[in-house]
Amino acid sequence: MESTTTILSAQALSIGYKTGHKGVKQIHGDLHFALHRGELTCLLGANGSGKSTLLRTLAAAQPPLSGEIRLEGDDLTGLSERELSRLIGVVLTDKTQTGGLTVYELVALGRQPHTGFFGRLDRHDRQVVEEAIEAVGIAHKAHSYMAQLSDGEKQKAMIAKVLAQECPLVILDEPTAFLDAVSRIETMTLLHRIATSQNKAILLSTHDIEQALVLADRLWLLRKGCGMRCGVTEDLILNGDLDSLFDRRDICFDRAHGSYYPSVQWEKEIVVEAADDTLLHWTINALNRNSYGCRIAPDGDATSLPRLTVTDAHTLSLHTAAGVQQFATFATLIEELRKPM
Amino acid sequence: MITSRPDKRREKRLIALLLLLLVVLCAANLWFGSVSIPTSAVWDILCGGEGEKEVWRFIVLESRLPQMVAALLSGAALAVAGLLLQTAFNNPLAGPSILGIDTGASLGVALVMLFCGGSLGLTESTTLTGFTAIIAGAFAGSIIVLGTILFFSTLVKNNIMLLIVGIMVGYITSSVISLLNYFATAEGVHSYTIWGMGNFSGVTGEQLPYFALSVSVGLAIAILLIKPLNALLLGDRYAANLGVNIKLTRNLLLIVTGLLTASTTAFCGPISFIGLAVPHIARLLLGTSNHNTLLPVTLLCGAVTTLLCNLICILPGESGILPINAITPVLGAPVIIYVIINQRKIQYFN
Repeated sequence: MESTTTILSAQALSIGYKTGHKGVKQIHGDLHFALHRGELTCLLGANGSGKSTLLRTLAAAQPPLSGEIRLEGDDLTGLSERELSRLIGVVLTDKTQTGGLTVYELVALGRQPHTGFFGRLDRHDRQVVEEAIEAVGIAHKAHSYMAQLSDGEKQKAMIAKVLAQECPLVILDEPTAFLDAVSRIETMTLLHRIATSQNKAILLSTHDIEQALVLADRLWLLRKGCGMRCGVTEDLILNGDLDSLFDRRDICFDRAHGSYYPSVQWEKEIVVEAADDTLLHWTINALNRNSYGCRIAPDGDATSLPRLTVTDAHTLSLHTAAGVQQFATFATLIEELRKPM
Repeated sequence: MITSRPDKRREKRLIALLLLLLVVLCAANLWFGSVSIPTSAVWDILCGGEGEKEVWRFIVLESRLPQMVAALLSGAALAVAGLLLQTAFNNPLAGPSILGIDTGASLGVALVMLFCGGSLGLTESTTLTGFTAIIAGAFAGSIIVLGTILFFSTLVKNNIMLLIVGIMVGYITSSVISLLNYFATAEGVHSYTIWGMGNFSGVTGEQLPYFALSVSVGLAIAILLIKPLNALLLGDRYAANLGVNIKLTRNLLLIVTGLLTASTTAFCGPISFIGLAVPHIARLLLGTSNHNTLLPVTLLCGAVTTLLCNLICILPGESGILPINAITPVLGAPVIIYVIINQRKIQYFN
């Protein structure tokens, strides 16, 4: 598991809380994992699966119950606050009071672990701050107030702050949680680019599985009571590890499209033929939503079932015992299917 | 590329203006008073001259000068205490009087004054021991209230709810003071009531060095805390990640705020609104929450504001002096109302 790119590794790690005098609430035990430089790692899991506890433990904000975390070879619990502040940078979902600071002033706060008693910035500090602001692409807003920024820009400013901190390991707690679709994609792409170009190890938790599967070099799948599966994204997908991420029978993982969907309780069945994969996918989507189970390339016993042939998006033919009906849109097809037979 | 540089001229101009105002107001506080003394005579006395009349010399050096210095120091102390509280509690509406910290100090003072007899009031004849007792009482009272609020802040995360908890703690403290008054002697109640109106003229020449020392120590520690205060704008967890020792910083903030509030309250009575309103005036004038400039500007604004209030108090001239607490709310409350109404437009609120 140890390799030259490893920055953080955990052996037999047990995480959780101490409750009261001697009580311990263990959330996960016997975790083994490693984080690597130059890679974006995404931590996925349902709410309550222990993502935040794990991130807090790794950021040394809470001690592990047992086991060992080594950061660049040193025991994490033995490092001082000042040493930690130069090794691990965090981006959190906490509410801040920074509306009255300019982006530049906010990013400059990231230099605090490196500056002296009064926090005065020297030429090098200012250069690092400016590079960080440019790296996240908000140089044109450098002297705007934080309050004047959009949510996406605010998150970029926080990422610039963590870059100015110059830590080899960056941990982000749901960095895309409050962002719109465009900002989510921009933020994740930015983080992946930073991991690669600045050779940092970046770990983030997210519910945005779609983006994680596209951009994560590695996935950590955390499931309550089942420990954690770690691996390169594609290995985990193709091994079926994502199928059981959520402990629910009615939610399935679509390996071909990398997304979760609710499993279908169908009442009726239909045979589907489509000209290409895209047409097939969306035809099944429409039929499933309307309580139809779909059979593709059926066996001999399916001859009595109705059959839908989709040649293109405007040529849908429904073959039933009563004859053949043509539809030009899904709207008209669905209207027909909903009629009581 | 980041080509533009932030505009530092505004800061420099503002600080120059405040310093100018400070000098003018200091002079005005020495020149005006219930006894009319010619300008030339005041100047002469300040330069160390004998003055035309012995009584003028006494008035200027033993009454007006200590009062002016006391007003200046109290303003600086309360304004900085308010700023520290607003940053520490992550709440722009926190302040020593709103959170009941000066009421806590009052309780300490009341305990000492009312139960050691009226003789322990802050009169000219107050002995050094009595005096230390009053300051110690005020400090203990304010720290206990601050500690209580800090404890509640770990339970109540909502800012407005925490303010209400602070107000409730203040009420309880006030009612304890009322009970104490009920059982105390007439002289004790009298001196406590006079003290409670707030008055910068209560500080005598001999007391002034002690007052100046405790306020200076408090302000000096506050200035040393500028770096962690900036980190605290991000919240505790971010600040900890930047290497700030949260527990130490919070304890220091607690002690400094307690010291600043307690010493002004002990010497000049509970003075409302300076701690709450002045940090807002400073932020609005300066346009930043960065403590590097905000803290010194708040300090200056506080001094200027109380000197102005004190000047208004002594304006009635021969008919007497107005209580300071009759003036500060008139200046302070509109600022807070303005800030609340415009909170969507004011950057530091968002």
